[in-house]
Amino acid sequence: MRLIIKGGHVLDPGNIDAVTDIIIDNGVITDIGTFANDFSEKEFSDLKNIDADGCFVVPGLVDMHVHLRDPGQEYKETIESGIRAAAAGGFTAVCCMPNTHPVNDNRQVTEYIIKTAAQFQSVQVYPVASISRGLNGHELSEYGDLKEAGAVAVSDDGLPVSDSQLMRRSLEYAKGAGLKVISHCEDLTLSSGDMNEGLKATRMGLAGIPNAAESIMVMRDIALCELTGIPVHIAHVSTKESVHALRDAKARNVPVTAETAPHYFTLTDEAVEKYNTNAKMNPPLRSLEDRDAVRKGLADGTIDVIVTDHAPHSILEKEVEFDKAANGIIGLETSLPLGLNLVEEGVITFETLIRKMSKNPSKIIGISRNIALGASAHLTIIDPDRHFTYDVEKGFSKSKNSPFNGWEFKGMAVYTIVNGRIVFESK
Amino acid sequence: MIWNRKDILDIASLTVDEIKSVLDTADGLKEISERSIKKVPTLRGKTVILFFHEPSTRTRVSFDLAAKRLSADSVSISASSSSLVKGETLIDTARNLESMKPDVIVMRHSSAGTPYLLSQKISTPIINAGDGMHAHPTQALLDMMTVREVKKDLNGLHIAIIGDIAHSRVARSNIIGFTKMGAKVRLAGPPTMIPMGIESLGADVTYDFEEAIDGVDVIMMLRIQKERQRNFLFPSEREYATRYGLTMERMKKAKPDALIMHPGPLNRGVEITPEVADHINSVILNQVTNGVALRMALLYLLAGGVHNASDH
Repeated sequence: MRLIIKGGHVLDPGNIDAVTDIIIDNGVITDIGTFANDFSEKEFSDLKNIDADGCFVVPGLVDMHVHLRDPGQEYKETIESGIRAAAAGGFTAVCCMPNTHPVNDNRQVTEYIIKTAAQFQSVQVYPVASISRGLNGHELSEYGDLKEAGAVAVSDDGLPVSDSQLMRRSLEYAKGAGLKVISHCEDLTLSSGDMNEGLKATRMGLAGIPNAAESIMVMRDIALCELTGIPVHIAHVSTKESVHALRDAKARNVPVTAETAPHYFTLTDEAVEKYNTNAKMNPPLRSLEDRDAVRKGLADGTIDVIVTDHAPHSILEKEVEFDKAANGIIGLETSLPLGLNLVEEGVITFETLIRKMSKNPSKIIGISRNIALGASAHLTIIDPDRHFTYDVEKGFSKSKNSPFNGWEFKGMAVYTIVNGRIVFESK
Repeated sequence: MIWNRKDILDIASLTVDEIKSVLDTADGLKEISERSIKKVPTLRGKTVILFFHEPSTRTRVSFDLAAKRLSADSVSISASSSSLVKGETLIDTARNLESMKPDVIVMRHSSAGTPYLLSQKISTPIINAGDGMHAHPTQALLDMMTVREVKKDLNGLHIAIIGDIAHSRVARSNIIGFTKMGAKVRLAGPPTMIPMGIESLGADVTYDFEEAIDGVDVIMMLRIQKERQRNFLFPSEREYATRYGLTMERMKKAKPDALIMHPGPLNRGVEITPEVADHINSVILNQVTNGVALRMALLYLLAGGVHNASDH
């Protein structure tokens, strides 16, 4: 199977920025340049032309923070449905968090995820295993085994590692095993609430979660990162204090990286109005000031990565009393359009967006996303002008818990290509 | 005015005219409870379901009597006796109740926002009898009724609300209600019990009790809940009583005819001394009496009683 992508604006930050064609043969980029209509589908029966005129051709997007719910909660999402949603969102790879049932703290679960994902020959799935056995916060999982089985990182995501000694040892031991550590920062003694602490929570009579519940732990992890010299990646940054702490740390060359999610740079706690459980997540949607600090952090490089924190829940967990509703929203199919909104608003450039959705996350988890001769063909083709209305009912995820249902967007992925195969093509 | 509102979910959504209309209707209905035969046929053939998902004595009995005095049939359900304990979701329970064709559902729930959730799912009118820390509109309305009865006009009055504002749905609804009617509300309590941004509801905040009640027309004391001690909100009942309890001595800072109010149940000797609770200026039991009339008014307005109930 050969592909020729014609006339697209090929942009691989730092490598290439030109309107040109790309030829892919057997999953590998074999030629980059402008070709006449030398190739026709008649001559080569296995050739497919993609007209990318007016589109960007970029290194395949990578989402290093999703929940696929499989094994254990297949009614919310399966590896298959999650992959389909990812492909539709333009993602060529996802990292799935370990809070499945059973927890991904062992070789068997990691292998199950990789094997299951591989059979669809679609979006690549890189498992994140748990920092602690069963997410118990007390003993290390077997990182050596997990690395061998194919895990790329460890995290207790969904729960913090409250024990600072465990966090330190995890960083040290993970370094030896060749795994990244991703930290969900939350001080549980401060965070027993249902939404952001502030005016809105006071009016709605909901218990608030203060910014400090996050930033205290961000500061602790920065301190441990500084102590050990071992990189730590901070998950889903939502507050201005966290952004400030990360900015200061980076200025001191502390090897910390960080991610945020589209809902934190798009929405505020006003979205909880009328007890909308699709605006309930952890960390919670914050104030406008926090939202703007997160945007600034993305713009100045303090925040390296945009992830979705795709967290499928069924109406069984969402159509209930607000304080009993599960945390989290789906996001794979809205992440790129929301990122493109930032470009449209002039917060970041398109190139920066691609760095945060492809180059930086792939570097952090140790995979490659390059447009170069001989590179594996993992590409996303983006039409920046395509208008669409997001209809969650027509989405690929099994779950429908999105606060963006009905939103009008401009710009979307029109092709997702993994190993030279078209895994998504928009109609 | 013509009553068009389907639900009573909170005070914030009610207009000044609607509040006045409820209070006027309640004033008219109050006399029914003074009769030897305490019953009028106004809501005969109507059904009221009291769906209480959180323990309540005063509010539930008040609604029950209100329904019965208007000749409505009332049925009471509590969390422990409902199928919620068998794992049925709240929405399913509500839809089942709706299918039995009640005319009003009165609900209390420990989770803020549940009356909203239900009002979106079922068409039966809902009266919120208290949801989490969010709202307790019928308490605020009966409090306004009680103050208006004595002071004639709420406009320009100074109201002090003292205690655990953070966890109090009564405080939230009263701040919004009294402010809406032109009164000025002051709040006081330990800083641990004053929630972030409460001033935005229109109240003045102080941590000093005496400053808060200086020259006020009404002092409303809130119940202190012992279990809050565990969350480090206050060190002991003794210290709370010393610093934030209403005593005869402190009362002197308020106007001589200042009304003493409390939504109950009372912790005598903690937030209020027995002498103050039983003081001539105390309208704590008037609040309870007016509660029945106020709830009669709401049931009448929502269950669509055709005639002016005070004609009976």
